[in-house]
Amino acid sequence: MAQTEVLVIGAGPAGLSAATELARLGVQVTVLDREAEAGGIPRHCNHSPYGLREFRRLMRGPTYARRLVAEALAAGVLIRTGTTVTALHPGGAVDVTGADGLETLTARAVLLATGVRETSRAARLIGGEKPGGILSTGALQGIVHLNGQRPFLRPVILGTELVAFSALLTCRHAGITPVAMIEPAGRITAHSPAIWLARVLRVPVLTGTTIAEIHGRTRVEGVQLLSRGDRREVVTDGVIVSGGFRPEASLLRASHLEVDAGSGGPVIDVWGRLSDPAYFAAGNLLRPVETAGWCWAEGRRIARAIHAALQGRLPEPGGARLRVASDAVRLALPQVLPLTTKKDNGAADKLQLRLARPAKGRLRLMQDGLCLLDRRIDSLPERRITLPLPSPRTTSEITVTLEDPR
Amino acid sequence: MIDSAGPTEPAPRFDVAVIGAGVVGAALARAFTLAGARVVVLEKAADVLDGASKGNSAILHTGFDAPEASLELACIREGYALYLQIRDRLGLPLIRSGAMVLAWSEAEEAELPTLMAQAVANGVTDVEPVTAAKALALEPRLSPRVMGGFRVPGEHLIDPWSAAHGYLLQALENGAVLMRRAEVLAGRRSAGDWHLATTSGAVQAGLVINAAGLWGDEVDRRVTGESWFEIRPRKGQFVVYDKTAAALLGHILLPVPTKLTKGIVVCRTAFGNLLVGPTAEEQDDREHATLDRPTLQALMRRGEEILPALAGHEVTAVYAGLRPATEEKEYRIRTDLAEDYICVGGIRSTGLSAALGIAAHVLRLADRNYAALADPVWPLMPSLTDTAPRDWQKPGHGGIVCHCELVTRREIEAALTGPLAAGSMGGLKRRTRVTMGRCQGFYCSAGLARITEGRLAQPMLGTGDGAD
Repeated sequence: MAQTEVLVIGAGPAGLSAATELARLGVQVTVLDREAEAGGIPRHCNHSPYGLREFRRLMRGPTYARRLVAEALAAGVLIRTGTTVTALHPGGAVDVTGADGLETLTARAVLLATGVRETSRAARLIGGEKPGGILSTGALQGIVHLNGQRPFLRPVILGTELVAFSALLTCRHAGITPVAMIEPAGRITAHSPAIWLARVLRVPVLTGTTIAEIHGRTRVEGVQLLSRGDRREVVTDGVIVSGGFRPEASLLRASHLEVDAGSGGPVIDVWGRLSDPAYFAAGNLLRPVETAGWCWAEGRRIARAIHAALQGRLPEPGGARLRVASDAVRLALPQVLPLTTKKDNGAADKLQLRLARPAKGRLRLMQDGLCLLDRRIDSLPERRITLPLPSPRTTSEITVTLEDPR
Repeated sequence: MIDSAGPTEPAPRFDVAVIGAGVVGAALARAFTLAGARVVVLEKAADVLDGASKGNSAILHTGFDAPEASLELACIREGYALYLQIRDRLGLPLIRSGAMVLAWSEAEEAELPTLMAQAVANGVTDVEPVTAAKALALEPRLSPRVMGGFRVPGEHLIDPWSAAHGYLLQALENGAVLMRRAEVLAGRRSAGDWHLATTSGAVQAGLVINAAGLWGDEVDRRVTGESWFEIRPRKGQFVVYDKTAAALLGHILLPVPTKLTKGIVVCRTAFGNLLVGPTAEEQDDREHATLDRPTLQALMRRGEEILPALAGHEVTAVYAGLRPATEEKEYRIRTDLAEDYICVGGIRSTGLSAALGIAAHVLRLADRNYAALADPVWPLMPSLTDTAPRDWQKPGHGGIVCHCELVTRREIEAALTGPLAAGSMGGLKRRTRVTMGRCQGFYCSAGLARITEGRLAQPMLGTGDGAD
């Protein structure tokens, strides 16, 4: 049974930055990644802006990914690619499979940094047939940037999150001309400057519109769009199903670790510690979805928490639990807030929130009938919302409510 | 019968031509090959199992609810017994889940004694009544609204595709020939032989067996000049839930059937997911099985009514299959349409369970004196379920390509080579389960596009050219 002080699962921005920081603190770290190459999602996002916060330079995704890997290796991190974790066991033992077969690795601490993926066509219950040519942005970018292949010429793009505009750039790079961007909501999800990209590239953005059906038996031949009761057919040879990020939490869900139904990721305390204190988590596994730079910073912070845990400097796990009691709020984390007033060693200093729908109103954190926090909120889903971290007085549950006049 | 232009060189001659490489055609090819016949299988698609056999509910039925004294019942009973007999040697899985037929209303409850009596009459004698309390004790996640039912311990879960692949592969490894993209256009008889014109050239055979599924009536017309039945495709939509949902259930949950359909089933799958479906929707189209959101949502609601804990579990996949129903319920197996011609038509939703029995029945009907193979080859199918060690658990697998379903590079290479090599992305999925997991190809599509480039008759990517 191979041993290391810290195992990091996932060699994306969060995992690599955590590993680098730990190695610099003198901890022996091994990073596992199931892909053949380390670097995570930025490897196939062949566009800017990456690296501003980390390296004070504007970089494209692949350059940024290579830089993260180089920094980790220079700090003394061992990276094992082509290694898939198949199970997490209590206390920090994990089963892996690689080209050489099965192995169990043990560590004093395990950091989960497995990132996110987009919601599939199937999970969105889009009607019609199942021909070839329906891809997520992640799959499209791998096919275009890693393989140099072109899967279609005139696709439609479903979704208007930031990643949809990343798909637009990928199409432009590959000589693919999207026919339209399609958004079920009444307005685009990304911040408004993104819309200019679609305008410059002359791709119409159809809001309030859904894809009712995808046509074609072997290849996509067209889609039926549904907009305010009107149906119309559009000829297209592909569908890019973008966004709807959700944590890649397969390992977590099959394990003994507690999962937050709202975020789809693990339940963590302010130090990123899970229900089994041998496990930590950082990056987009915690919450869909943040930028690479945010995940990088989060990885560094959690590395300090892991370092403190290894030295016995973290308080015992436990504290007050946060419970979301509003259908307008999708997630709030960290979900466990300690009573200790000393929150250093890489503790979070902010509460992160995401909305489930556009909402405007008073957000309150209540404990034992007392209001710990009261803020006016006016925001949209997928937007970053951060609040000061409340200090609970007891271990009683803290409820998150949003008084929404809607 | 239509005369086609005579070939310039003599067409290859076989003892038997099986038209259609679905589960029934695969079982027929196996039975006749092992009996000693030289068999050709003619499939119009780029890969096998491309019609009705690609979407089913993957249950090995006992026949407890089949029409009494029917040919369908006899074939299911024999097919069931044969599957249990050969599955170990072919490496085919069996999950002994058992089923419960559950009543959700007083009207349904009133039907239970009749259904149980029918089961016993059908030879399924181990059925046992369950009270609502017993049903809830057996399946604690079941809705407390259940009114009662009965257990059918012999209903099991199997792999919907490995079985058919295994039958066909055994035929091929013992000398049968598979021709793909070989749509039968016409047939004529001459000098005691059939001459079939196909889109991949002419074929000569002593006996023709029509196992064309959704195109059974059309193949009858093309070969014999007439059809005696009409295929009325019946669409079934399914919702497949995430692997986390499989822990909610042990038994296959069956409703009280109606005259038309066995109704909506809730069960685990051999691959560790949870499935709800199918619907039963009549349509004319035989090619296109379309999904629609309202129906899928209705299926999910029905699933959640039966198993309330299902709410909140993620959907992994949705699919629609077409069953080759006809104007009658019974199988349409006939030998008298033309000389040396057997029509095996109207094999509706029970084809997977009955295939081996149908093949044995048709072999007896054909009544030929072939010299049975003394020592046939038994190929071992790769394990795609957790009932046997998977390839990722063995060294030298070359790395994991599909992370959600833990499919290895070695498994993909194996599926792309050999006599039954995948011909399409759908075929590769059915052989290995690539992209059929949670992420539906988010992580592995690029790798698969690279690995399969130039190796699938029907390529994965559309334009085929490189990006600049």
